[in-house]
Amino acid sequence: MDFLSLHHLKKYFADQKAVDDISFNIKSGSIFGLLGPNGAGKTTLIRMITGIFYPDHGHIDFNGQPFNPMLDSTKIGYMPEERGLYKKMKIGEQALYLAQLKGMSKSDAMASIKKWFVKFEMESWWNKKVEDLSKGMSQKLQFVITVLHNPQLIILDEPFSGLDPVNANLIKEEIFTLAKNGATIIFSTHRMEQVEEICDHIVLVNKGKKILDGTVHQVKQDFKENIYKLGANVIAEQLMTGLFEVVKYEPNQLLLKLPEYTTTNEVLNYFINHQVKINSFNEVLPSLNDIFIKIVEDTTATRKFESIQ
Amino acid sequence: MKKIALIIKREYFIRVKKKSFLLTTIGVPLFIIGFYAIIIAISLDESGGSDKNKIAVIDNAQLFNGKIENSNPNIVFSLIKNETESNYIKKYQKAGFDAFLFIPNDSIAKTKSIYNLHSSKSMNLPLMSSIEELINEAIKKKTLIANGINPEAFQKMIHPVELENTVDTETGQKKSFADVAYGVSFACGILIYMMMLIYGTQVMRGVTEEKTNRIAEVMVSSVKPFQMMMGKIIGIGAVGLTQFAVWIFLMFLMQMAIPFIFPDLMQQINNASTTSSENISMASNIMQGLSSLHLGKILFSFLFYFLGGYLTYASIFAAIGSVVSEDQQEAQQLVFPVMMPIILGFVIMTKAVNEPNSSLAVFGSIFPLTSPIVMMGRIAYDIPNWQIAISMLCLICSFLFFTWIAGKIYRTGILLYGKKPSWKEMIKWAVKKS
Repeated sequence: MDFLSLHHLKKYFADQKAVDDISFNIKSGSIFGLLGPNGAGKTTLIRMITGIFYPDHGHIDFNGQPFNPMLDSTKIGYMPEERGLYKKMKIGEQALYLAQLKGMSKSDAMASIKKWFVKFEMESWWNKKVEDLSKGMSQKLQFVITVLHNPQLIILDEPFSGLDPVNANLIKEEIFTLAKNGATIIFSTHRMEQVEEICDHIVLVNKGKKILDGTVHQVKQDFKENIYKLGANVIAEQLMTGLFEVVKYEPNQLLLKLPEYTTTNEVLNYFINHQVKINSFNEVLPSLNDIFIKIVEDTTATRKFESIQ
Repeated sequence: MKKIALIIKREYFIRVKKKSFLLTTIGVPLFIIGFYAIIIAISLDESGGSDKNKIAVIDNAQLFNGKIENSNPNIVFSLIKNETESNYIKKYQKAGFDAFLFIPNDSIAKTKSIYNLHSSKSMNLPLMSSIEELINEAIKKKTLIANGINPEAFQKMIHPVELENTVDTETGQKKSFADVAYGVSFACGILIYMMMLIYGTQVMRGVTEEKTNRIAEVMVSSVKPFQMMMGKIIGIGAVGLTQFAVWIFLMFLMQMAIPFIFPDLMQQINNASTTSSENISMASNIMQGLSSLHLGKILFSFLFYFLGGYLTYASIFAAIGSVVSEDQQEAQQLVFPVMMPIILGFVIMTKAVNEPNSSLAVFGSIFPLTSPIVMMGRIAYDIPNWQIAISMLCLICSFLFFTWIAGKIYRTGILLYGKKPSWKEMIKWAVKKS
């Protein structure tokens, strides 16, 4: 079931089409990657999903109902890319305040804060101020504050920036747990290796438009270039064939690009017939990073300011 | 509503719990009260139970006819007979006197004479002038008698004139205390001016802090920007009201406490007509004047104009705070045009306390951007109620208008980083439909 459906969302600013007719669906309990280069319109899109902006056109369905920012904002946890907390406020009071603003009762908020603070070993922070925390610590705090009120939809914008591998792993595990427990997670980042690791489904936006939509697996299939890696000792003369192209040649490893009409079995047969001892043979799928760069570079790199009537 | 209440609570307590709030709210008035208490205590000391000065008098001119009528309780006179000045200089200290006064026998005839008050240590000024007055009175009496005039009859002929202003209104006549009204008006005007500036800029700083800390984006995903803005404005306004309440309470406490601390003072104020001390009769005049003012009306107006003025300006300051970044210079540029009407109001107020019914004063007290300050400068005088009504109505309208406009600018500005928007852009945000 789709937890969130965006229908033809548009948001124009004075000199930019920040979001220009974007639609997609997010399944309940999935981890969804919202990708795009800087200035693609991700933040504007997220702000519309969180109810901060109203779309100029289009509508959002939230959990099967038309999105009502007043009511549904309490079911959303949003961690913006630019972290923000009151620097001079005590951490415990601050967490309590922000949880209450999300509609929690004081006692529920306290219970939830205790649970998360224990889980993240933050109990001793209660009376500290945010300005006393290191960057990584405040990052952890920000994550905890985002998920305190058990939101059904969690939006994380670059949640791992500034975290060491240990803490990044801690948060990554929590994200998986939250998704397993039914929360839907929107994950926005530029770090494609994280997307490959975490996300089920991705959407790539650029210049205010959606240019890619699918599961990580599907996208990789769509962008594969029929490249195969052959682990074998092959001498150069054996490669004189029209069956494939050699992309990369190393003494005991080859990268081969197969034309559409060639099947893998034909290639294997060819090498077997040439008495080549094959150690391994597998398909090389493009990384999301490669796909990202390829697509974004196809469209003109940076968006220009334009006047909109 | 619950969220606004939460925001108000945070904004309020985070400020009230600060040490600086405690210091300015309780420390400053206590300091002022303490200061005045010391002044009053010192000035009362003259008549209080301090050391009595024993003064010997050699009255060669028979000025006092053998009996000195003395109203100053600090001095005890003793007439000494059959002594000369040069002889008695050596003796008066041994005889237990603090000083001795020698009056030469030719004193009445002279138009100006210098008498000598001998003492072991230097005498204080009030004591000297008290003795001087005594001698002058005695000489006057003697001279009058010498010229065949009955001193009591003369006293009746000269009586000082005091001018009092009676204001005729439809409900009757009453005494006007222009000087007291002037003081109260000026104080109220300045207080409103200061409170508006102090709390207005606090709102601005608070908003800028939220923006530069980037907490704004976290907040607006839970609450509407307008709730955020109003919560902050109301919370800080409540801090201002708390400060007033504490001050009024302290003033009340002081009024209760003064009769216990200085029992003499109240007695003297009550007897003001019979005592000669000028300070005390002035104090009594102020007391009468204060009681002649409609304190309830002034207090109500003060609260109304503080809230109206504060809410109007605070929303403008909030809008400014939302569009600037850390750069204080940017804030300064935007604050300047907002400061102008406040300063203008202050200038008109200083005129209005002198001429409360001039057309400038009337205009200033109705125009909503200056009315909180100017009207407080006029309110202690009796001004027509219709002017107050129009002024209040204008202020309410302007508050609603500016809050609405500021809310729109705030909503866009708080999430906008980078370059400061131009006035043109801000006006666009303000008129844009939501």
